[in-house]
Amino acid sequence: MSDIDDKLMSPADAVRRFIGNGSQVAIGGFTINRNPMAVACEIARQGVRDLHLVCHSHGQALDLLIGAGCVSRLELAYGGNGRYAPTCIRFRDAVENNKILFEDYSNYQMSLRFLAGALGVPYIPSKSGLGSDVIRLEGFPPGIRKERNVAPKKVVVAQNPFSNDDDPVVLLPALTPDVALVHAQYVGDDGTVRITGLSFADIEQAKSADVVIVSCEEIVPRSVIRRDPDANSLPPFLVDAIVHAPHGAHPTACYGFYDYDPGHLNLYRVAADDDENWRAYLEKWIYGVPSHEAYLEKIGDTVLRALRADPERGYAVGLDRK
Amino acid sequence: MTGYTDTEMMALAAGRLIKDGDIVFAGTGVSMLAATTAKRIYAPGAVFFFETGGIDPDLRELPMTVGDPRVMSGTSINTGLIDALSLLGHRKLRTIALLGTAQIDRYGNLNTTSLGDYHRPATRFPGSGGACDAASCASGVISFVKHEKRRFVEKLDYLTSVGWYRGGDSRRRLGLPRGGPIAVVTNLGVMKFDDATKEMYLACRYPGVPVEAILENTGFPVDVSRTVETEPPSAEELRILREEVDPQHLILQ
Repeated sequence: MSDIDDKLMSPADAVRRFIGNGSQVAIGGFTINRNPMAVACEIARQGVRDLHLVCHSHGQALDLLIGAGCVSRLELAYGGNGRYAPTCIRFRDAVENNKILFEDYSNYQMSLRFLAGALGVPYIPSKSGLGSDVIRLEGFPPGIRKERNVAPKKVVVAQNPFSNDDDPVVLLPALTPDVALVHAQYVGDDGTVRITGLSFADIEQAKSADVVIVSCEEIVPRSVIRRDPDANSLPPFLVDAIVHAPHGAHPTACYGFYDYDPGHLNLYRVAADDDENWRAYLEKWIYGVPSHEAYLEKIGDTVLRALRADPERGYAVGLDRK
Repeated sequence: MTGYTDTEMMALAAGRLIKDGDIVFAGTGVSMLAATTAKRIYAPGAVFFFETGGIDPDLRELPMTVGDPRVMSGTSINTGLIDALSLLGHRKLRTIALLGTAQIDRYGNLNTTSLGDYHRPATRFPGSGGACDAASCASGVISFVKHEKRRFVEKLDYLTSVGWYRGGDSRRRLGLPRGGPIAVVTNLGVMKFDDATKEMYLACRYPGVPVEAILENTGFPVDVSRTVETEPPSAEELRILREEVDPQHLILQ
């Protein structure tokens, strides 16, 4: 019996319990790193619809959820997967063909908006974006501006109230998503979360959300995670669901555990580029596998072993990344 | 003389602009190649950092993107986006940002968002990422773009990242007291900006590239009176780039 028995659940239960049609979801990670893929795949598998995704620079989970038809609204800074997809392919298709509503911000702006939500303030000022179309052009139509979890205005440019000189600032509306998804390396059996490597904006995103779902590589004893509390990222009481999902960020990387999977990301790119191949991909890798464990079995041990990170360097040294 | 490709020349030309002591913010793509090259050849004492939060990684292997675990390895400190992006505009630091772009205008404003109507674009690109932030806050920006008329345009389809805005002191009047583009590195040469007008001019052309080729591929008039021909890459520069920086040709073409 541990402190987290009531929070420990499968990806399927976490999605059923906390994510519904229309939920606003903040996805953790960054492009090809630490995406919460085990939970994202389950969202797609359960056929959740009309998600409103909020993120900074995202890649794999973003593209999968859009491609699986789960997303109707998107606020983002960037959608790309490096050489495997300079612009995320299903994202690009959805934007070019009017399949989703979208609104562009920058990375700093999105991160600050999560911070504002975490701090409980309605907006936060920044100098970033003055003069750009990022602040001039709204993406969402006026009709949805009155809805819950949609800012009445994208941004406001105001004068610094502490200065008598001309000193414009960009005011960014706070984000308070329904759910934040985080994939971490470790969770203690007391519920303490530890992200190693870069945290991106995962901590701000988690603190801004009503519900936090954390998937992790390992669950470790309380005595282990509390031996070095300086390294920890979130306290137990902010976490609502804990999902034990080894390789839960695959095909994206998880620092210290495994690298991104060039083979799968190449396979994904080819599939995403064609509607028919894309349906086959979803059938083979998402709908046709009942669970995260079954997905890993399909990826296979040989592949997973090749991706294993060098413990000192944090990535797979010499991995063929073509 | 050894043969070399456009991407190789761009990475070396940009790397040559980095000096020891610079604090350099690098984006994804050729920017990453230029950063890693500069660290190996020209400025081992420069500090490189990434918007994702990796500060001064050892860059033993070329990161493919700013989200690569290789930007977190051998670092001074691993942080997150807010920490990293706040360094860009830190009043104590002189920071230089390396940014790729799809379109550029004569004042060095950049578009990495879309072509055509913003709401229903003909082509969608990834978006700002940290580029708009770097362009707003860093002390200077070096950008990368292929020299083509459709990329060097009179008017951007979307202004993602502000350069010298409309020239003169218009950037400062926007409320951005520091920063602005330093150079644009293309496959034909390097463009810089006039101190007074802030308009782009041709600073150097690569060996064997005629001025006419640059004029033909630029969608607006450009002053070429200050142009010099740049040094070709040395065999040693090319060897380090090919064998040490990007042996898998992840970004090199």
